[in-house]
Amino acid sequence: MEVFLQQLINGLTLGSIYGLIAIGYTMVYGIIGMVNFAHGDVFMVSAFIALIAYLILTLWLGVTSMVLALFIVLIVAMALTSLVNWAIERAAYRPLRGSFRLAPLISAIGMSIFLSNFVQVAQGPRNKSIPPLFRDVIVLTTGETGYDVVLSYKQIAIWVLTAVLLVAFWFLVTRTALGRAQRACEQDQKMAALLGVDVDQTVSITFVIAAALAAVAGTMYLMYYGTVSFYDGFVPGIKAFTAAVLGGIGSLPGAVLGGLLIGLIETFWSAYFSIDYKDVAAFSILAIVMIFLPQGILGRPDVEKV
Amino acid sequence: MSADVPASRPDLPRVLREAGWTALIAFGLFLPLIGFVTYQDQSNQIALGTRWGLLAAFVAVITLGRLAYSLVLAPHLARAAATTARGEPSALRTELAKWIAPFAIGFVVVYPVIVLAITGIGGAVKWVDNFGIQILIYVMLGWGLNIVVGLAGLLDLGYVAFYAVGAYSYALLAKNFGLGFFMLLPLAGILAAFWGILLGFPVLRLRGDYLAIVTLAFGEIVRLILINWVPVTNGYAGIGGIPRPTFFGIPFNANDDGFAAVFGLEFTPLYRTLFLYYIILALAFLTAFVTLRLRRLPVGRAWEALREDEIACRSLGINTTNTKLTAFAMGAMFAGFAGSFFAARQGFISPESFTFLESATIVAIVVLGGMGSMLGVAIAAIVMIGGTEILRELDFLKQIFGETFDPTQYRMLIFGFAIVLLMIWRPRGLIATRAPSVFLKERTAIPADLAKEGHG
Repeated sequence: MEVFLQQLINGLTLGSIYGLIAIGYTMVYGIIGMVNFAHGDVFMVSAFIALIAYLILTLWLGVTSMVLALFIVLIVAMALTSLVNWAIERAAYRPLRGSFRLAPLISAIGMSIFLSNFVQVAQGPRNKSIPPLFRDVIVLTTGETGYDVVLSYKQIAIWVLTAVLLVAFWFLVTRTALGRAQRACEQDQKMAALLGVDVDQTVSITFVIAAALAAVAGTMYLMYYGTVSFYDGFVPGIKAFTAAVLGGIGSLPGAVLGGLLIGLIETFWSAYFSIDYKDVAAFSILAIVMIFLPQGILGRPDVEKV
Repeated sequence: MSADVPASRPDLPRVLREAGWTALIAFGLFLPLIGFVTYQDQSNQIALGTRWGLLAAFVAVITLGRLAYSLVLAPHLARAAATTARGEPSALRTELAKWIAPFAIGFVVVYPVIVLAITGIGGAVKWVDNFGIQILIYVMLGWGLNIVVGLAGLLDLGYVAFYAVGAYSYALLAKNFGLGFFMLLPLAGILAAFWGILLGFPVLRLRGDYLAIVTLAFGEIVRLILINWVPVTNGYAGIGGIPRPTFFGIPFNANDDGFAAVFGLEFTPLYRTLFLYYIILALAFLTAFVTLRLRRLPVGRAWEALREDEIACRSLGINTTNTKLTAFAMGAMFAGFAGSFFAARQGFISPESFTFLESATIVAIVVLGGMGSMLGVAIAAIVMIGGTEILRELDFLKQIFGETFDPTQYRMLIFGFAIVLLMIWRPRGLIATRAPSVFLKERTAIPADLAKEGHG
C-alpha cells in the first residue's frame, strides 16, 4: 500500500510534466494539423535556458531565496523559449503552410535534429547537473516495514503550478477573443480569415503558448531531476506526444489526462514489473489504445469526408 | 514581411527597421545558449562562463544576412517571379530526363574503377566504402521505404525496426548456426517481411499521423527490446564478430585459402570492399527493378490509387487492408535485405545503429526526393548522406579555425539544418513530377501541384 501511494505521487508529478508538454503538441496539431516533432527539443532547450538563468541568479547575482530564484527562472525561460518557438514557426513551418501534408512534418524532424545538435555543440554533450533544490519533504505515513510515503515540496510545487496554469489556460481558450480565434482557425482557416481572424498571428500565438507551457515543464524537469542533457528532448517529447494521442489529439483536457496516465503507467510499471521495459509499456499502451480507440479517450471521432 | 517588397527599389528606412528587429530577435534567441556556456570546474561543480564575442558574431552575421536579403535577394526574387511564368518543363529537361537514368546506372557500375584510377588502392577503400557503400545502403532503404511512403502513401516512422530485424536475423543466425550470407539474405528478408505483416496487421486501420505515431512506437519498442533482451541480443554491447560474406565460400582474408591467395593476387582489403559494393549495388537494383515492375501490376496500381484517395479505393472494391499490408511487407523485406547486408559489412551491430534518427533520415530522404520518384530518392540520398560524409573530410578547415576545430561535430547540426532548408526550397521534393504508370497515348509527367495527396 505504501509503495502504491508513493508511486501514485511520483506518477502524478511525472504526468504533470508530460501533460504540459502534451498540450503543446495537441494545440499545434489542432490548429494546423501538424505533428510538431521539434516540440520535445523545444522543451529541452527551455530546460537549458532555465539552467543558465538559474546559474546566473545563484552564482553571479547571489540570490539566496529559492522561491524568488525559481520565479524569475520560470519567467525568463517562458519568455525566451516562446521567442525560440516563434522564430522556429516563422522560419521553418510558415513557408510550408498550405503545402502538402508531409512537408511541415519533415521540416519539424529536421528542426528537431538541428536543435538537439545545436545545444550539444553550444553547451557540450555532458549531463548538466545542479545541486538539489527544495529537499524538504512531508512524511505522510510511516509504513510498518519502515517504508515512508513522502511528498516533497518540489512535487507540491509542480502540482500547484500545473493546476494554476491549466486553469489560466482553460480560461484563455474558452473565454477570450484569442481562444475564440484559435478555435475558429482549428475548424476552418479560410473561413476564419474571411471573417477577419488573422490566421498567421493566431498560429504564431499558439506556438508561443505551446512553448511557454513547455518552458514551465522544462523548468520543473530541471528542478525535479536536477540534471539535463541535450538528448533529453527526444524521449519526453515522444512520450508527451503519446500522451496527447492517448487523450485524443486536439483535445486539451485529453492532453492532460493522457499525460497523467502515461506518467502513472510508467512509474507503476517501473515499480511493479521492470524498469527496463517502462518505455515499452508506455508505447505498447499507445499502440493498443490506437487500435481499439483511434480517436483517443476524449477526442472527437474522425469523420471521413469525401 | 518580405512578400510585398516592391520590385523597383527597396525602401531603405523599412529595411533598416527590419534589420534592427532581426538583430534584436537574434540577440534574444542566442543570448542564453551562445552568450553563456556551462562547464564543470576543477571541483566538478557546474560553472558559468560568457562568450560575448561569439554572440556578437552570431547577431552580426544574421543581421547582415537579413540586410543582404532585403537589399539584394528579395528584389531579385520579385523580379524573377514577375518575368518567368510557370509552364511546361523545357525540351532540354525532358531530353535530359530520358538519359539520366542509363547514365547514372553506368556511372555507379564503373564508380569503383574511376575511384581506383584517381586515388590508388588506399584511397579507393575509403571512397568506395564511405561514399559508395554507405550511400547505396541509404538509396536501397530509401527505395524500400518509397514503396510504403511514396507509392502507398502510408507514413512509416518506424522503418528502421525492419532494418534492425534484418541485421539481427543475419547476425544471430550466422553466428549461432554458421549459415552463409547468401543463404541468410532471403531469410532475413522473409523474417523482416513477416514482422512487417505482424506489426502492420493491427495498425493499418489507422490513417495518416496516427499510423505514423504507432509505427514510431513500434520502432522504439523493437529498439528497446534489442537493448533489454540481453541473453539474446547482448544489449548495448551489441554483437561482434559477425561472419563476413564469402566469395562462393572463399573468405576475403590474408590466409592461404583467402581470396587473394587463391586467385594469385596480392592481399589488400580492397577486394572485400569491391565485393560488398557490388552486392549492395545488385540489391539496390533489385529493389528498383521490383518496384518498377510492381507498379505495373494490379497491386502497384492499387497502392498508388490508395495514396491518392482511400475512400474511392474502397468504393471501387479494392481490399485496402491487404493492399496496405503488401506495401508494408514489401518495404519491410527490402529493409531486411539492407539490414543483413549492413550487419555483414560492419561485422558488428548494436542498438545504437537503429535509433529513431535513422528512421527520420530515411523518411527525409524519401520526402526530399519527391515521394514516389526513384531518381529523386537516389539524388536525395546522395545529397544527404554524401553531404554528411564529406564533412568528415574537411580537415583543411582546421587550418582556418585552429586545431581544436572539429568539423565532424557539426555533421548532424548541418544535416538537420539542410533538411529544413531543402524542405522550404522544394516542399514537394527534388523531383516533384509524377510519372503515370497508365496512360492513353503518350506519357506526360504530371506537375506535383496538380497531384492530390490522400490521407493514407
